[in-house]
Amino acid sequence: MFCIEVWGDYALFTRPEMKVERVSYPVITPSACRAIFEAILWKPAIEWQIKKIEVLNPIKWLSVRRNEVGAKLSIRNAQSMMSGKGKGDYSIVIDDNRQQRASLLLKEVHYRIYADFKMTDQAGQADNRIKFEKMFERRAKKGQCFYQPYLGCREFSANFELIELEENNVPRNFDSEKELLVPIPDSQDLGYMLYDLDFSCVEDPQSMFFHAKMDKGVITIPDRSSSEVKR
Amino acid sequence: MTTTNTIEKRYDFVYLFDVQDGNPNGDPDAGNMPRVDPETGMGLVTDVALKRKVRNFVQMTQEEAGYDIFIKERGVLNNLIDEAYDQEVVKAKSGADKIDQARQFMCKKYYDVRTFGAVMSTGKNAGQVRGPVQLTFSRSLDPIITLEHSITRMAVANEKDIKINESTGEKSYTENRTMGRKYTVPYALYRCHGFISAHFANDTGFTETDLEVFWQALINMFDHDHSAARGQMNARGLYVFEHDNKLGNAPAHKLFDLIKIEVNDASKPIRAFTDYTVSINEDGLPEGVKFDSKI
Repeated sequence: MFCIEVWGDYALFTRPEMKVERVSYPVITPSACRAIFEAILWKPAIEWQIKKIEVLNPIKWLSVRRNEVGAKLSIRNAQSMMSGKGKGDYSIVIDDNRQQRASLLLKEVHYRIYADFKMTDQAGQADNRIKFEKMFERRAKKGQCFYQPYLGCREFSANFELIELEENNVPRNFDSEKELLVPIPDSQDLGYMLYDLDFSCVEDPQSMFFHAKMDKGVITIPDRSSSEVKR
Repeated sequence: MTTTNTIEKRYDFVYLFDVQDGNPNGDPDAGNMPRVDPETGMGLVTDVALKRKVRNFVQMTQEEAGYDIFIKERGVLNNLIDEAYDQEVVKAKSGADKIDQARQFMCKKYYDVRTFGAVMSTGKNAGQVRGPVQLTFSRSLDPIITLEHSITRMAVANEKDIKINESTGEKSYTENRTMGRKYTVPYALYRCHGFISAHFANDTGFTETDLEVFWQALINMFDHDHSAARGQMNARGLYVFEHDNKLGNAPAHKLFDLIKIEVNDASKPIRAFTDYTVSINEDGLPEGVKFDSKI
């Protein structure tokens, strides 16, 4: 089991049912947690499983409205540009595609996330668990990452720190000057929350949900294959 | 100097800019008042506001091929005419290879796609280009004060508002002068954090030259963005941490903590950059990280 703390000024874990005017879940989702671990280390040979989330800061909100573009880059236009058949420039003009959208963000978030990985069937002969364990620890300790992890959206970057665990998976407090943060005392039924996307069909990934309950700041995450995860 | 080498190192940077008697970023939710975090009173500037200025600067200054801008600000009428032509274009079959080729092509042609990424409508999950440059919201160092100014216009917009003054007989007399509103921040210094991932740069073909263009944009972009609303905005600091490899050598937050900005005299209102002292703890620099102050 591995544990990291992540924190940042803002976060936005968009609820799928409210993604036009984005509204965040009150806490980080397992899929956003997975993405943070993957930003530090990921290979096709491994698959991260989030085990537990501890919420260390009270839940605070902020609303921000931004001018956004409501168009996507079209593959067809790119291809006709490439072949030289169409015109040379299909850029998006924002005056014609402007949308003002609000986002309800979280503010000053801080989480302690516990996760583990397992080897997938794509693991080669040279791959073994120890190798990836050491690799992850080395990177997380040094602050190394493939790209800077983020809290839901890329503009809300995440700071992270490796937390070493005792044998019974309790965080070890090796810094005597700094006290380990404790989870907030709130208990809340968070309702059905996005668990992750099921990429077993790459063409059409399906959302998975689970019933999230926060017990004194701690959310226990069921295993991906468990019956608590609804597809 | 043009190189085709994609960047090989991770960079983290702190960018400081200030505003004097202007509105750095209006909030559409609050009648275009400067963005404020209501809890702390700190001013905010969104990541997209800065990206827009980078795009505008590159569009304005870079004439070479490969520096087109995909998300453009002003409408070009020809595009609408061309859309008719667009219909005749043979619909290309979409295999994974072709999409990937198109992606590469777009990255090569457009600076902003290569730098910030773009969403491509492929209907597939992988239809996203993630750019190497990641910017955060900028936050002011101290709470900001918003001033509201009422302004008047001596002319009217509609002909029907032009009247004849009954007492003097004066023609084209306008009774209803339009009143307007303008918001300014007397002074604020904003701090923005940014990250550049060499791994994503490799994916989109973001080169050393592109990086240099990006730094130039941050240094000079406010000088090409003057308007009535903005007042005086200036880039004040660009502090770049260069790690000696792709993954990096230290946590970004530890590097950012090396740059401290303090108010000289907290009892007086802050009205100029000289009211702050920026201190950089270069001795605290971890091994394998190079520091460069670009402004």
